Amino acid sequence: MLNLKDKNVKFLEKKIKGLEPVFAKDGKLGKLHYVYDSLVTFMFTPAETTKKGTHIRDGVDLKRTMFTVVLALIPALLFGMYNTGHWHMVAESGNMSLPYWEDFGAKIIYGLIQVLPMVVVSYGVGLGVEFIFCTIKGHPINEGFLVSGMLIPLIMPVEVPLWMVATATIFAVVIGKEVFGGTGMNILNVALTARAFLFFAYPTSMSGDKVWMGGQEADGFSGATFLGDAASLISDSPTVDGAAGIMEKFTAADAFFGMVPGSIGETSVLACLIGAALLIITGVGSLRIMLSFTLGGLAMGYIFNLIGPGLGNEYMQIPSYMHLLVGGFAFGAIFMATDPVTAAQTASGKIWYGVFGGILAVMIRVLNPAYPEGVMLAILFMNVMAPLIDHYVIQINISRRLKRLKTA
Amino acid sequence: MTVKLKKGLDIRLIGEAEKVTANAPHSDYYAVKPADFHGMTPKMLVKAGDKVKAGTVIFFDKYNEQIKYASPVSGEVTEIVRGEKRRILEVRIKADEQIVFESASPADPSSMSAEEVKQRILDSGLWPMLKQRPLDVVANPNNKPKAIYISAFDSAPLAPDYDYVLHGQGAHFQKGLDALTKLTEGKVYLGLNGSVRHDDAFTNATGVVTNQFVGKHPVGNVGTQIHHTNPINKNEFVWVINPQDVMIIGRYFAEGKFDLTKLIALTGSEVKSPKYYRVINGASIKSFVAGLLNEGNNRIISGNVLTGTKVDENGFIGFYDNHISVIPEGNEMKFFLTKGWLSLGFDKFSNSRLFPTYLTPGKKFRLDTNTNGEERGFVVTGELEKVFPFDIYPMQLIKAAMTEDIDLMENLGIYEVAPEDFALCEYVCTSKIEIQDEIRKGLDLIQKECF
Repeated sequence: MLNLKDKNVKFLEKKIKGLEPVFAKDGKLGKLHYVYDSLVTFMFTPAETTKKGTHIRDGVDLKRTMFTVVLALIPALLFGMYNTGHWHMVAESGNMSLPYWEDFGAKIIYGLIQVLPMVVVSYGVGLGVEFIFCTIKGHPINEGFLVSGMLIPLIMPVEVPLWMVATATIFAVVIGKEVFGGTGMNILNVALTARAFLFFAYPTSMSGDKVWMGGQEADGFSGATFLGDAASLISDSPTVDGAAGIMEKFTAADAFFGMVPGSIGETSVLACLIGAALLIITGVGSLRIMLSFTLGGLAMGYIFNLIGPGLGNEYMQIPSYMHLLVGGFAFGAIFMATDPVTAAQTASGKIWYGVFGGILAVMIRVLNPAYPEGVMLAILFMNVMAPLIDHYVIQINISRRLKRLKTA
Repeated sequence: MTVKLKKGLDIRLIGEAEKVTANAPHSDYYAVKPADFHGMTPKMLVKAGDKVKAGTVIFFDKYNEQIKYASPVSGEVTEIVRGEKRRILEVRIKADEQIVFESASPADPSSMSAEEVKQRILDSGLWPMLKQRPLDVVANPNNKPKAIYISAFDSAPLAPDYDYVLHGQGAHFQKGLDALTKLTEGKVYLGLNGSVRHDDAFTNATGVVTNQFVGKHPVGNVGTQIHHTNPINKNEFVWVINPQDVMIIGRYFAEGKFDLTKLIALTGSEVKSPKYYRVINGASIKSFVAGLLNEGNNRIISGNVLTGTKVDENGFIGFYDNHISVIPEGNEMKFFLTKGWLSLGFDKFSNSRLFPTYLTPGKKFRLDTNTNGEERGFVVTGELEKVFPFDIYPMQLIKAAMTEDIDLMENLGIYEVAPEDFALCEYVCTSKIEIQDEIRKGLDLIQKECF
């Protein structure tokens, strides 16, 4: 069995080597060199050896690192498919208390039909753009989009049409990444750029209470999210009866397990935490950022709890821990804020970055009902601020060195 | 003082040298390689066909004529090998059967003046053993170093054990220390491995300040030890030297002979029985590895696997090296599922926790020279810091070097580092960037603009 496998691999290797001259930079299809190169290096770790410097290299590479993040996203993706199916059934039947396990298979299949095309479009379009840029600019294809391509569909409402997914992906890859010089150079998180683009360009497809459930037909049925309802608390026509009312409609357990409407991958805190466990165990995701982001959000929620009753503001009185469970908070803290390229890079910078991100996320949610989901904007803002935070952290190190020079 | 370091990484390789010494067979050829002395331009004093003795000066530094380089053996200069732009790569010498030495009288450095000691070392051709920080080049005798540092242990993978190498050489080592103390107005510092018992050569050393260091590699790097005990500021100089070279300088004073005989560890997974060899520095590799290596496509490295120089069997031991490592080449494609990037990876050693070998902390590895991935832009953050025990931001300093920002490099601590201090950063780098080379280029720029 193993021998046969080895034989197949050798055969494949031979075939690929045979194609090499065709795709060499001065070969017949030289223009496609980097496309070919990316496919070959995906299948085979190249025969490249160390030239100068260290003679041995760590086993890890960017492909394995990025693939680990994709793996960590799988629980959220799978749950997202189920949840999409579930809320579709709820909307169709109009029965809010539809049992979770009823028609389980049908829910999964519906979710699969809805979600899979979005994933395919996101990857297809995104990688297509990357291939074009790499061919034009003549540099190898980076693995960064492996993760972005999975993140983009997971932070979209299920009702977003595929052409919007495609447009947003193109915008994010071109404006969010390639104009800065590609993976590693971008300032804003690519996936969040895609979401922000849709949020401001097509707000009706990204918010409100109609977009979270696939194929909603039952009239007069509200599929509002927790955040949508919460934002209405400080408007003229609240849809729920105060902080107590919203807590009755959405229990903490529902929010934790993800049995609420929302963007595809964000609803289940549990699924996100499974992913977080993988990222933390492997060391790929920054525990520092995850924790500080969470603590920042919790602290801000708690401050609102303290001042809310005095101001008579019902939104502020929603228990602070609920902020961590609803909307994209957990997903953002675990998968978005931790993007190493756009987050702060220094160890203490990461803590400040996380804390401020968490604080801002809750602050935007509560104080600005026009943007019910503050996490996206908070992380994008902190992406911009991250270099500044690093600058001050490094400045402390520099002045310590200058002081030593003066006293020496 | 005892310094404990938490950061670092011990790469566990197969093929550590057994503590047994053999005399290496006679080597027909020896070489002095100007490339071992970074940035030095040689001015030749001999040509092919000339007869030399051991200790005969064969070239000097064109830009600092006091610094002389001598032939390790007596014999005939056979060839001056030149590379691109006629740069001199090697001066090859065919050795006599019986080595004849340039004559000099024995002397006691402790009763000599500082200037006499310095002049004597310069004239002998042993001076290049002293290197300076900053810049990591041969020490400039015109500078006044604030200290001289010797690390009495090497923590690099498969490195020789100096407690073994210097066993029984205490008298010569002490004589070398006596000479070094004359070269600085500051102190001579000896950095000891805090987690083992030391050889008498080190414990009986006098006239020096001893510090103990405990931790993982690069704890034995002299740069790490300087940083944690007496960090270098702008316009300050520290000289560093290998302990075995201290012994050789001491022996020169004691016997008056330019004798570069030393112990070299032959190590690595492709060496049949790794052990120590007594050789004269500059010997040809072939002379003592012939028949001792496993069959196959091997890479021979003069030095350790992190900072050494690739040599082939016809090459020669590097001037500063006490160590030969032989590991398999990795120039084969690896299918991603069985051996490549998505394989389980029971044969891969990694500082990340992305491989199951993270759970087998005692296992030793046979690593090859494959890069295990292609070069990418900097993406992952925080990984370099884990293996870089300096109060310096490594990634930021590397980027400053890449962008040739001199002010930023100065501010971030370029004067305190040498490329070897970044060797582990380069090893762990997910993006496979050639970090030591970037730091070297940064140092070259600093040397050009600031010295």
